[in-house]
Amino acid sequence: MLERVSRLNAEYARAIDDDRLEDWPDFFTEPCLYSITSADNHRQGMPVGVIYADSKGMLKDRVAALREANVYERQSYRHVVGLPAILGERDGAVRAETPFLVVRIMRDGTMALFATGRYLDALVEEAGVLRFRERVVVCDSSRIDTLLAIPL
Amino acid sequence: MSTSPPRREWPGATLARVPYWVYGDEANYRAELRRIFEGPVWNYVGLESDLARTGDFRTTFVGEMPVVVVRGETGEIHAFENRCAHRGALIALDDCGSTGKRFQCVYHAWSYDLRGALVGVAFEKGANGKGGMPESFCKADHGPRQLRTATIGGLVFASLSPAAPPIEEYLGEAVRARLLRVLGRPVQVLGRFVQALPNNWKLYVENVKDTYHASLLHTFFSTFHISRLTQGGGVLVSPDGAHHVSATIDRGDDRGSTAYRDQGIRSESDRYRLTDPSLLDTVKEFGDDIQLQILTVFPNLVVQQVYNALAVRQVLPKGPGAMELHWTYLGFADDTAEMRRRRLRQANLVGPAGYVSMEDGCVGGFVQRGVAAAEDALSVVNMGGEGAESQDTRATEAAVRGFWKAYRAYMGY
Ligand code: FES
Ligand SMILES: [Fe+2]
Repeated sequence: MLERVSRLNAEYARAIDDDRLEDWPDFFTEPCLYSITSADNHRQGMPVGVIYADSKGMLKDRVAALREANVYERQSYRHVVGLPAILGERDGAVRAETPFLVVRIMRDGTMALFATGRYLDALVEEAGVLRFRERVVVCDSSRIDTLLAIPL
Repeated sequence: MSTSPPRREWPGATLARVPYWVYGDEANYRAELRRIFEGPVWNYVGLESDLARTGDFRTTFVGEMPVVVVRGETGEIHAFENRCAHRGALIALDDCGSTGKRFQCVYHAWSYDLRGALVGVAFEKGANGKGGMPESFCKADHGPRQLRTATIGGLVFASLSPAAPPIEEYLGEAVRARLLRVLGRPVQVLGRFVQALPNNWKLYVENVKDTYHASLLHTFFSTFHISRLTQGGGVLVSPDGAHHVSATIDRGDDRGSTAYRDQGIRSESDRYRLTDPSLLDTVKEFGDDIQLQILTVFPNLVVQQVYNALAVRQVLPKGPGAMELHWTYLGFADDTAEMRRRRLRQANLVGPAGYVSMEDGCVGGFVQRGVAAAEDALSVVNMGGEGAESQDTRATEAAVRGFWKAYRAYMGY
């Protein structure tokens, strides 16, 4: 399982870093939960996310909005994803926690550590493919530089 | 500390021209901290609900001045400068917490009551009859600066100046009513984020008051055929210009408008529809047809109702070219589970990754960078005329002109 989750994380990170955002929703089941929050909010049980999607449709809409509607300077990410810790099974899903770093590269060449944190995942198999039923992105810091356009 | 006079001259009397030096000038920035944030205004400093019991506190800022806001022993809320009377260390280090009846500085253990008065000096009488403070030292003569506080609609405001009028008067009847329209019952915090913005604080406040940009920059609504500037609504500006309320009203009769297509604006497209339209499954919860209401209280508060997504945003200056925006997302204590879920989904619209607000995070920086070499040039703020009166359209910069009217009055320009 450790190897399967690691491979899934690698594919997930490559899809985002290679700007294949259209592939991103397919890493999730329908329905699903994807949310980006902070360690503070998470610790206090605060439910809000800077991105909060509880359907695959919402993930697709996020990508469509980024491509067609939202305005932001060209930028890309480089994810460095650590080794998952497999935390066992609950409600028919494998639970995993994986640390990550994301460097953001701006149009003008500025590179900066944009986010660090951990993915809290619930993974299920669908027709032999491992997917996220839940991926809660818990950022270590509550502070976000300028804006968050691309998902983590 | 002396109030250094702003060294610049304001170019002319019209509200429709603003000099670009105002976004970068260091001396002007220092003068703003004194004359505005530490002046006769009410700064938003937090929520009453964060201070439920005696000794509950939060730390925040008034301008750049660190402050502690705390629930006192008789139930009232106090605010004082977060600076030890001894050597100036922060008295409270955490963002929030509960302190019992005293704060104690970690450096040399001087202690303060919940009003911020110095009540304890470690080894005041020395040790073994030696050392200690001189006989002449009087604790009551020393202490951090204390601020006045006021509350309305569960919001806590603080002022360093005895000249700030009562909060109701400061807001005026119209703004007060629109504030209480949203914050009329006990809130519940759903989460918080801080957005670090690479621009002068005024560029963000102007942006919030700029009803003209909304559907031009934020093309999410128009791309997905949700909301347009041609909808009903308008902007209310307080008589002194300082505060504003803008509203979008769903009249249902503006859907056929071709205004955007006629002007060749890029947002006009028929290709996009939301895959999951439940994002915008909205209920009218305030007894009217106002879909969006954005309210500002001079100088640093934004109260937002975007459909059912509610938030307060606190603007904190961090030098001439930087600021922080502190987002607190809200629901009401009596929300149903369904309403809670609706608010969480609609929170996608706002915040650092908001469909209709992420752009606001970068446009301020675009201006800051754009005007770097144009100190003496002037921006053009003429949409909807020259004045700062309320208008029943959003194709106007009246509230932005109102900001400059108030700003100049406080700054003496
Ligand atoms: S600085 Fe606070 S006790 Fe010395
Ligand atoms: Fe905006």
